[in-house]
Amino acid sequence: MKRSVLWLSALVFASSPALLGQDDIAARAEAAFISSFAGGDAAVLARVAVQDEVQRACSEYRNSPPADVAQRLMSAQRAAIRYPAKLIGDWREGERIAEDFTGLRYSDKPGAPSGGNCYACHQVAPAGLAYGTVGPSLLGYGKLRGWGVAAQQFAYERIYNAHAFTACSAMPRFGHNGVLTPEQIAHLVALLLDPTSPVNR
Amino acid sequence: MTRALWLLLLVLLCVAAQADERLDQTVKQYRQALQDASPAELFVLNGEELFSAKRGPKNASLEACDFGRGPGVVKGVHAQLPRYFADSNRVEDLESRLMTCMRQLQGFGDDAFPQHARGDARMVELESLAAYVASQSNGMHLAAPLAHPKEIEAYRIGERLFHRRAGTHDFSCATCHTLQDKRVRLQRLANLTDAWEARVVFPTWPAYRVAAGEVHTMQDWLAICYWAARHPQLRYGSEAAIALQVFMAQHANGGVIAAPSVKR
Repeated sequence: MKRSVLWLSALVFASSPALLGQDDIAARAEAAFISSFAGGDAAVLARVAVQDEVQRACSEYRNSPPADVAQRLMSAQRAAIRYPAKLIGDWREGERIAEDFTGLRYSDKPGAPSGGNCYACHQVAPAGLAYGTVGPSLLGYGKLRGWGVAAQQFAYERIYNAHAFTACSAMPRFGHNGVLTPEQIAHLVALLLDPTSPVNR
Repeated sequence: MTRALWLLLLVLLCVAAQADERLDQTVKQYRQALQDASPAELFVLNGEELFSAKRGPKNASLEACDFGRGPGVVKGVHAQLPRYFADSNRVEDLESRLMTCMRQLQGFGDDAFPQHARGDARMVELESLAAYVASQSNGMHLAAPLAHPKEIEAYRIGERLFHRRAGTHDFSCATCHTLQDKRVRLQRLANLTDAWEARVVFPTWPAYRVAAGEVHTMQDWLAICYWAARHPQLRYGSEAAIALQVFMAQHANGGVIAAPSVKR
């Protein structure tokens, strides 16, 4: 008796025209998204209109994908990493990039180099007091890991594409998405690893 | 066994009461700050004047506007927004409703309204009107409805958009606003899926933003968030702007309206 009532209410719930199924609501939400930004900066709109595989899966799974999906995403992202001629650059350049919060907003000059705005989420050098706490502190990063090739490669890949290590990480894919060039990322590697960088002093 | 359950219930009630007290404390502090002549008051006064002024092609005031509690009622209406309106057959927030009334009662056309929430002088009028109407619900508990099929649909769309990652930085609203006790640079992030935080943050919009020197509405702020998240200009009164507010309001229901507040 109880079970049949349950089934009946489930049937009413499912057949109500107001309560759209998951696929319908997804399509409605996408249409709402596009119409809500229509008429805005066309180049920026083109960059958000269609999600890539990672963005779609991470949105769908609320950033907690099942293990098999996570594995698949991570290996695909890892395979797409591109490297510069030299993995480690100049920490002074890196410090400037870490502070710079501009780039790729509709108010920014199209094509101008972007910053990494690392301080938004990380503590980096001791002098930078306006740092966020979303990501871990990077203070003394190189002291803990040394600055050998393995450490350089790990730091480079992590900045280039955090999703290659943690599927649905909160960290932007700076290299993969073309926010920073491979050379800019190499400067950030220097900021993190160089023994003379303020991060390690 | 039953005694243990009662004890647990008692403890839970005490915790709830304490949270309420924290909330009340916040409101008290806000009121104190407001008594020292908040610049937000100027917007409220300006909005009140605009509200009763005969304007537009129909030379009418907004005094017959129906915000959901009948024509001409402004008291308490902001505590029940966003909600579905039969005359426009859609869910509207405070500003969308103001725009609907400006069209219907005053005869204003599309050109009277800003297309985007940022950088348009016409915004000040809407911001002032919103500040005035919102202030008429101060001290009341937010009770945004979730009953009409369109309200439920808006909630589900808002929920999806809140989690939708996109753009060069892979950001969604959730990237920052589902975290507990974190900050970006020096700005503390509100966890908008946490009832206690949402109740403190959401019902204090519109707000006078010291950095901007003007009153910003929730829509203004959503547009600024999207700008920082490398998204395009959010259309004023758009479906996303309203759906996100429907989603946020459900987490914030029970919070005390205190608008316009003073924010960073």
